[in-house]
Amino acid sequence: MALLSKKDANLFLDPLADNNPITIQVLGICSALAITAELKASLVMSVSVIFVMGVGNVVISLLRNLIPSKIRIIAQLIVVATLVIVVDQVLKAFQYELSKTLSVFVGLIITNCIIMGRFEAFALGNGVWRSFLDGIGNALGYGVILIIIGFFRELLGAGTLFGIPVLGDPIAKTGLYAFGYENNGFMIIPPAALIVVGVIIWVQRSRNRALIEEA
Amino acid sequence: MAINTEKNVYTIIFAIVMVVVVGSLLAFMASGLSDRIKENERFEKQQNILYAMGVNENTPDSGVNFIPTDVVEEKFDERIKEQYILADGEVKKDDNAFSLDVKKQIAAFKKGEDAQLPIFVGEKDGENVYVLPMYGKGLWDAIWGYISVDKNMVVQGVYFDHKGETAGLGANIKLRFFMDDFIGESIMDNGSYSGITVSKTNNDPLNEDKQDNKVDAIAGSTITGNGVTAMIKETLKAYKPYLETIRTN
Repeated sequence: MALLSKKDANLFLDPLADNNPITIQVLGICSALAITAELKASLVMSVSVIFVMGVGNVVISLLRNLIPSKIRIIAQLIVVATLVIVVDQVLKAFQYELSKTLSVFVGLIITNCIIMGRFEAFALGNGVWRSFLDGIGNALGYGVILIIIGFFRELLGAGTLFGIPVLGDPIAKTGLYAFGYENNGFMIIPPAALIVVGVIIWVQRSRNRALIEEA
Repeated sequence: MAINTEKNVYTIIFAIVMVVVVGSLLAFMASGLSDRIKENERFEKQQNILYAMGVNENTPDSGVNFIPTDVVEEKFDERIKEQYILADGEVKKDDNAFSLDVKKQIAAFKKGEDAQLPIFVGEKDGENVYVLPMYGKGLWDAIWGYISVDKNMVVQGVYFDHKGETAGLGANIKLRFFMDDFIGESIMDNGSYSGITVSKTNNDPLNEDKQDNKVDAIAGSTITGNGVTAMIKETLKAYKPYLETIRTN
């Protein structure tokens, strides 16, 4: 990363692992539970959040000296909501199929606490370039976890990845199903996402003990 | 900074400016894009109606493949011969049927108010097929679609869509494995319009029995499935006067 100073690179890289918004800060859990039953939805949600987060952090950072502190939360909300509506409308006009896949998820971005969290904690107090890196980094950290959860839930719950059967046909009993394997319907429902998040947190902390909080 | 951002006057001015800027930006964008969005919606409706009457680009192992948007309008005009409106038990030929808002009309019908229900008559393999729009509710939000029958009341195809059913469960009503099961089922049972039940207990996962008025439910999406069953029943109830005239002709 010769392009970035070490400090800037960390802004971008930290949220991917050691300061991950989902597994370390435990933000954005609601959407991580709601939409990760399928890998495709996870991917699409991640890309949308990367866009909203990157642009949103830049806008808030540009306005940081103008926004009155009394109404800063409302100002932040307006910025997220505007971006989300812009994304939604542009997709409907130019990528109608994709917009149908996204449907409710686009609206859900507004309620994603990672976005408000980064606006409030970072973009309001930092320059444009650093805010942009922070936004993209956090959104990527969120996206990585979403995709891991989506991968396991779709694979174990439906035996498919991106809707393509990878373990054989459960009704005709081919592939793995010929040996008595069954899809685990539990993986499709939201509580399963909590368990997968829990396992990710467990694995991450057992590999990097510095992340374990004091009891 | 020279500006004191803590002053009330500044706060109010900031709020006003922000609302005006954002409001005009969104209004400008919405009016600029609305033509394209409306066009996309029209194409989608045409694709769905054609899909429900079996006009699509599916291959045996493919997913749902609609007629592509660049030719759908042409194809729709070619395959849909007539449009009718059913109002107050009377059927009238009316080419405005396509532009009716099905959601509003079916809501009005359920309340017992005057409703104008659209009907699309298409041609498939030289036979007439009758495409009826449906609207109902699933687990979380609205579900809708189209069902097509021939003159013997045998289903030629269905299309389902939904607003917010659970991904991986109820959302699968719009996948082929579920929709294809309806093809060949009859909506009549011993002379009554009993519709087709999405059943958890028909022990027929490959849907080989086409005489049972049942299709296999999706595991884990009972309420969405019940919504589909109810939606089909409601639709048949609404369109019964029209279906009677086809059947007895």
